[in-house]
Amino acid sequence: MLDVLVIGGGHSGVEAACAAARRGARVAILTFTAADIGQMSCNPSVGGVGKGHLVREVDALGGVMARAADRAAIHRRMLNASKGAAVRGPRVQADRRRFAKAVREAVFAAGVNTIEGEAAALHLHNGRVSGVILADGAAVRAGAVVLATGTFLGATLYRGEERWSGGREGASSASCLAHQLREAGLANGTLKTGTPPRLDGRTIDWSRLTPQPSDAQPWTLALAANPAPLPQLACAIARTTAATHDVIRAGLSRSPLFAGDISGRGPRYCPSIEDKVVRFGDRDGHQIFLEPEGLDDPIVYPNGISTSLPVDVQEAMLGTIAGLERARFTRPGYAVEYAYADPRRLRSSLEHRDIAGLFLAGQINGTTGYEEAAAQGLLAGANAAALVLDFEPLEVDRATSYLGVLIDDLTLQGVSEPYRMLTARAEHRLHLRSDNAVARLAPDAIRLGLLDQDQKARTLSHLDALGRAGDALAQVADAATLGAAGASRPLSKWLLQPGLVEAVRSQLPSDGATGEAIENSQYAPYVARQQAEIGRRAKDRRLRLPANTDFSVVPGLSHEMIERLSASAPETLDQASRVPGVTPAALAALHFSIACRVTN
Amino acid sequence: MAAERSTIVALSSGRPPAAIAIIRLSGPDACAAATALAGPLPTPRHAGLRSIVDPATGGILDSALVLHFPAPASVTGEEIVELHCHGGRAVVEAVLRALFARPGVRLAEPGEFTRRALASGRIDLTEAEGLADLLAAETEIQRRAAQSRAGGQLRDLLAGWRTRLLDLSAAAEVVIDYPDEEDGIVAPSLAADLDSLAGDVRALLASPRVEPLRDGLRIVFAGPPNVGKSSLVNVLCKSERAIVTPIAGTTRDSIEVPLAIDGLPLLLVDTAGLRESSDSVERLGIARAEQEVDRADVLVWLGAPDEAPSHPRRILLHPKADLGPPSNASQLAVSAISGEGLAELLGAIAEATAGLIPSPRQLTLTEREAGHVSDLLGALEAAKAQSLALLIAEELRYGREAIDRITGLSSIDAVLDALFARFCLGK
Repeated sequence: MLDVLVIGGGHSGVEAACAAARRGARVAILTFTAADIGQMSCNPSVGGVGKGHLVREVDALGGVMARAADRAAIHRRMLNASKGAAVRGPRVQADRRRFAKAVREAVFAAGVNTIEGEAAALHLHNGRVSGVILADGAAVRAGAVVLATGTFLGATLYRGEERWSGGREGASSASCLAHQLREAGLANGTLKTGTPPRLDGRTIDWSRLTPQPSDAQPWTLALAANPAPLPQLACAIARTTAATHDVIRAGLSRSPLFAGDISGRGPRYCPSIEDKVVRFGDRDGHQIFLEPEGLDDPIVYPNGISTSLPVDVQEAMLGTIAGLERARFTRPGYAVEYAYADPRRLRSSLEHRDIAGLFLAGQINGTTGYEEAAAQGLLAGANAAALVLDFEPLEVDRATSYLGVLIDDLTLQGVSEPYRMLTARAEHRLHLRSDNAVARLAPDAIRLGLLDQDQKARTLSHLDALGRAGDALAQVADAATLGAAGASRPLSKWLLQPGLVEAVRSQLPSDGATGEAIENSQYAPYVARQQAEIGRRAKDRRLRLPANTDFSVVPGLSHEMIERLSASAPETLDQASRVPGVTPAALAALHFSIACRVTN
Repeated sequence: MAAERSTIVALSSGRPPAAIAIIRLSGPDACAAATALAGPLPTPRHAGLRSIVDPATGGILDSALVLHFPAPASVTGEEIVELHCHGGRAVVEAVLRALFARPGVRLAEPGEFTRRALASGRIDLTEAEGLADLLAAETEIQRRAAQSRAGGQLRDLLAGWRTRLLDLSAAAEVVIDYPDEEDGIVAPSLAADLDSLAGDVRALLASPRVEPLRDGLRIVFAGPPNVGKSSLVNVLCKSERAIVTPIAGTTRDSIEVPLAIDGLPLLLVDTAGLRESSDSVERLGIARAEQEVDRADVLVWLGAPDEAPSHPRRILLHPKADLGPPSNASQLAVSAISGEGLAELLGAIAEATAGLIPSPRQLTLTEREAGHVSDLLGALEAAKAQSLALLIAEELRYGREAIDRITGLSSIDAVLDALFARFCLGK
């Protein structure tokens, strides 16, 4: 019998399986095709603003994604390089095949087994999951099950007038399981996403496009150094024109999005090109980022023109874009409508509130993006192992990680469109930098046994270096040493004066942790102010609402508030304050109801 | 939970003896308890005359007007019954004793009626504070200030600002989270929008504070010993509250006399004479007097003009005008004996306090709220001084958090603590 069975071998399933295995659980991944583990279904890039933060946190917790992406990186870009360390977003374009290979190797190295097949039904017993029945009738028993099915749950693909069942082009969809989950009231909502056509790079006229080179300075997503960096390729920027928009408008009546076939909501921040044209009709052009999919692969991913228009319209559209007039596609774009489960039904461990032992992670929870999926998978896997093996669970906090923000947002606020991480979602953003993920999460990662030996050694050595850099910054220096004016003070205080960063840096040991220590000092005043805010909320965090609180008997809550609070089931008064639409009067009423139980 | 709630009782009118005493019951047992004493309740929200009988003895305690406000439309959201009895001490005590004899009926804790109104979602925090002040209001100006707060004006104003802040934040956030987009520059109108909002916040911050209005504006009479401060205070409030003797330095501690002039709540503060002294008790009094000068809303100085401590609202007096005219034109001549200049002095005080008194419908702020509004203003000013979108966004977020701390959307427990520290019984 397995400890943990993970359904799905995408970014979420892989992190779930490997995290559970690192904690010592017996784990298997159940997937349609083992060779598809680690596939990137959409764009070939990992990281970005907010997303890059998540990848670094996954890495700090021993995860797979960052190292696999480094090994496959063929283009690197540090986004927001000049906008402050806290929002610098590392992003790499990965060679699609090499990335999937690196992931499969990591899964194998972690000792995770693979089972090929289709999960037809969850085996439930007394409100507890005890395994999965496969489509061929075989039963796989497990102490805990992680559902990481991505878009594969009862998914339908759309292009023009065509529609067919499948989780990704050329892959099947789990319709039986979807039916069971829908019947059980587990996955009732639908969301929509889409992908652009893929182009044959040999048919693109690169000379007419603006190139975007890879960063000159090498850096890695992972804490580990990259043993064998690949050659770096440039991306390029193309642009839609008024003619493109005319073609799109003429084809709108044949779009499943606008003909009313797709009811699920798509992401506002990653809209299809037809959406952009309809909603921002006054714009004369939209950017298209042409991203190579591999070193020895001619396929190019045109980021920015996700579409489900019919094939002939997609072709006509390309003909109007400078540099792409003669481009051929290897595969047209399409939209996916898929089922998702309301994440407000989950505990902050990602275990379902009504079905013990069942964990949900990734796109099934209404998120979009590899990084969001990976982060949830890691947490769900670590906690599934904890449940079965009776270990300490992995708890995350929105004050100390983007993973904490992600889990708190999902379980309290739910989703109305595919959820993407944005730095704006993190109120403690100045502290949650992508460069200090290890420092923020290492204590949990080490205590919970989430790191393998190598990663643990790297982590400890990084913390040592950080400690040394911190000590060096505490040294008092006089003005002359730094070419500045004023009384002697610690280097960390000199940093707060404009223009002295480089002078201070020259006084510090030159290793990987110095930059991080400098940023720590520069943000210190803001972080201190945020700490005070956290302190003010401390009492609200301690005021716990009992599990299964019946909000309908709390005096003074309106029907609307009862509905909102019941749906999100906040565990503390502080969490209740983040339930969307909750009013101060409702919070006061809740507060009194807790206080009443204590005093009356 | 509602079912386990006790029923609370309090004397909601002034302390007996008085013409009428209003005893108010709120809670699940309010109707049953009232019926036990007064018989069938009258039609809701109509007064009915009833004999109040002690159920234990059958003896008639009083005859009273009874009013019933059914849940949930009552002020606490619970069943409420009011007994308007005769206001003798013995009557009130007997009725209360008969009520407390019932299980589940107890004396209300300080602020408990308002607390239950809040708990029942009938009012929000800013309104609750206003309500508390409204109930405590003794003068017209206090009532006016509390009224605007109890009506939710502050809440509405803050909600509007929060929306404006969110719009500004969006302009900064787009630059950070969408670095690939061409629209990636902070909107040029940001600085102007920040200025406009900061202007509105500054205006609110300049509005009068609740506390001086609630406790009375501190009109501090100070000066060297034996210049007639106490005599003047005494004459002003037409009482003999302060001791007046011809020996220098008699008032060794400060004496406060509450007084209302044309609805203006004042606290006249008579201080020890300010001079070098070797008497240790007197030195304490002098130190206290110096503190009073610092705390004063208006300083009335009875000494030489060139020795007057600096103060933003200062009135220079020439006391004992019956003994001779003032040497300095900036001094107002007054005499406690002849009554000369007293009307002018009251006028000068009213004029000096003008900025501390809300005009009709103007909002007032508690010190707690003013602290958060001041944080908000600081954040807006800091945002304007920043060029980095990240730090602009951080300041705007901090400003929003400051608003949420006022309304109780953030750190509700701290807000409630501050609020309930000052409620008094039965309101």
